[in-house]
Amino acid sequence: MSRVDHAEASSRFIKAKDHAEFHDKRLWDLRRKRDGETQALPEWEELRSLASAIKEHTLSHLGDYLEEFERNASANGMVVHWARDAAEHNQVVHEILESHGVTTLVKSKSMLTDECEMRPYLENRGIEIVETDLGERIQQLDDEPPSHIVVPAVHKLRADVAEVFGRTIGTDAANSDVAYLAESQRRHTRPYYLKAQAGMTGANFAIAETGSFVVCTNEGNADLGANLPDLHIASIGIEKLLPRIEHLGVFVRMLSRSALGSPITQITSHFRAPRPGTAIHVVLVDNGRSERLGMDDFWTSLKCIRCGACMNTCPVYRRSGGLSYGSTYSGPIGVIIDPTFNLRKYSSLPFASTLNGSCTSVCPVKIDIHAQIYKWRQIIAERHQLPMVKKEAMRVAGKILASPKLYRAAVEAAAAGLEKLPRALVYNPFNAWGRQREVPAAPPQTFRQWYLKNRKGARR
Amino acid sequence: MKVALFVPCYIDAFFPEVGIATLELLERVGCTVDYPLDQTCCGQPMANSGCHADARDTEALFASNFAGYEHIVTPSGSCAHHVRDQLTAIEQTPAVQAVRSNTRELIEFLHDVVGVREFPWAEFPHKVGLHIGCATLRRLREASTSEIREPAFSKPARLLGAVKGIEIVRPERVDECCGFGGTFSLDEEPVSAKMGRDKVADHLAAGAEYIVSPDMSCLMHQRGCAERAELPLKFLHIAQVLNGTAR
Repeated sequence: MSRVDHAEASSRFIKAKDHAEFHDKRLWDLRRKRDGETQALPEWEELRSLASAIKEHTLSHLGDYLEEFERNASANGMVVHWARDAAEHNQVVHEILESHGVTTLVKSKSMLTDECEMRPYLENRGIEIVETDLGERIQQLDDEPPSHIVVPAVHKLRADVAEVFGRTIGTDAANSDVAYLAESQRRHTRPYYLKAQAGMTGANFAIAETGSFVVCTNEGNADLGANLPDLHIASIGIEKLLPRIEHLGVFVRMLSRSALGSPITQITSHFRAPRPGTAIHVVLVDNGRSERLGMDDFWTSLKCIRCGACMNTCPVYRRSGGLSYGSTYSGPIGVIIDPTFNLRKYSSLPFASTLNGSCTSVCPVKIDIHAQIYKWRQIIAERHQLPMVKKEAMRVAGKILASPKLYRAAVEAAAAGLEKLPRALVYNPFNAWGRQREVPAAPPQTFRQWYLKNRKGARR
Repeated sequence: MKVALFVPCYIDAFFPEVGIATLELLERVGCTVDYPLDQTCCGQPMANSGCHADARDTEALFASNFAGYEHIVTPSGSCAHHVRDQLTAIEQTPAVQAVRSNTRELIEFLHDVVGVREFPWAEFPHKVGLHIGCATLRRLREASTSEIREPAFSKPARLLGAVKGIEIVRPERVDECCGFGGTFSLDEEPVSAKMGRDKVADHLAAGAEYIVSPDMSCLMHQRGCAERAELPLKFLHIAQVLNGTAR
């Protein structure tokens, strides 16, 4: 599998100026609103510590809580399935659908099903799938993955959506009025709720104590999908567990504040038992999570509640767009979990960061994202996944900087040399620094040379 | 108070005036300054690239150059952060641990250790945008950040604010990263340059004539972006202002 070239993809993203400017401003606006919400809660930092502690406790006792959840969910009348990996998840879902004679499935937002590449798997087996979250629907119609875990089509302008709808659901491609587009999509999608024999959701939280799960949304689509058909399937990553219902409040207070800068999602639905005559199937999915849990440096990435705050604040993500990461998970959280899926393919991602640490500071569950990015770089170097040029540059730099003599020769020659080089040699496409930036002018002498002339003598 | 001065490689080579201002400022506040002559770099460029094996000898050289000093001061937040928090490629002997914990960025040394609050020799009647590098801000915690709910404080702003005539202006995205990020500036040139352009434009819009920072590497990048865009902005290390070198 070829490596994702984040720098190249981001270069293309930045060239589309209107899109790039909008993307940055839109997501910065979410970050700003998030700041407003968090500043208004005196206990915000306390909540973060509490959320982190609850998640770390749960992850440290995950096996027990998963079994407790299974017992209680089963007692409530839900059917619980276990899936080791993406393939098993897709198989399980397909079997459930097949046994219920389902040909059309309406589904709400779920990063997990994207991670498992479920849609193409089921479509290849003759099942029609309709994404019902507006952003996800836009992305489905455009045959593109989501670019953000909360606002999947944030990289698109209104005019892009009008074009996609014009091409796929027959609206006027020249009309980019938001109300028109939203209403058209609604009219187009609504009949599928009635036609579908099954609805699918993800879950934001699963509660061991009650055997229930919670879905937080803003559009009402998940509730229509879960309640109109007689079959509801929920795919849930095993890290979504919380021990007790009393813990839920901590997270519900933080999720939407972190994600969108709103106090709470419009709808917070608790699913506990199927209505008479209907069925709820829960698929608990591992797909690499157990392995991640065993990684000393990276297990806390499983605390993630998928709020997207790290993406909204990330200056690199905002200026490169989610699709440039070439993975289901983008932005800072993607950078630290993608390499667990495929180290080689995603080996450029930990370098798509300035290590500024803003992600860590906004994370509601206190994942030390920047420290994990730093750590991944070491693993990538140790496993020989650095690009040859970088590897060689660091080897040479390490040699020169470890030797006072070589170092002095290098800085003094470089300073003197730069002066004499013609501009065309300094500012060429091979000098990444000089492409869009001026190179600092060479001073007449280094600091050390000045020091020897002006201070030495007196001291050691 | 005796201190050892660490002048990072890029300041030694490209910005000797920053090293000079730092040295003079330390002398002004009563320090006796040693400059170990065999110093090169702290190892950060290699370590930040994941290449710990390549950082080892440079880190060892740093530790031996600065062994035995009670105060090691550097005009660079990211270098101080590397030494204090990440200089782990070499064996952690008691001597190495002492060097690490004794290393301070210039502002935190002046603010926390010497306790300087006034700079009567300095005057800077200009509008200044203050840029605090991300390592200085979020790792050394020299100021509160916009992400955390905490009482506002800023050691660099407090010291800078004591300079006669200075006016500190506030850009809209007050602590967004400028996009330097060490080798990031080369690996991810398109995003790095875009971040740099956005950063200097934000300061300019706030009315800044100068961007002043405890982090010269950020300024090297920002200045490069501003000069290419021909923006009327000037760049100074905070030591140059506090020392009264720049007026």
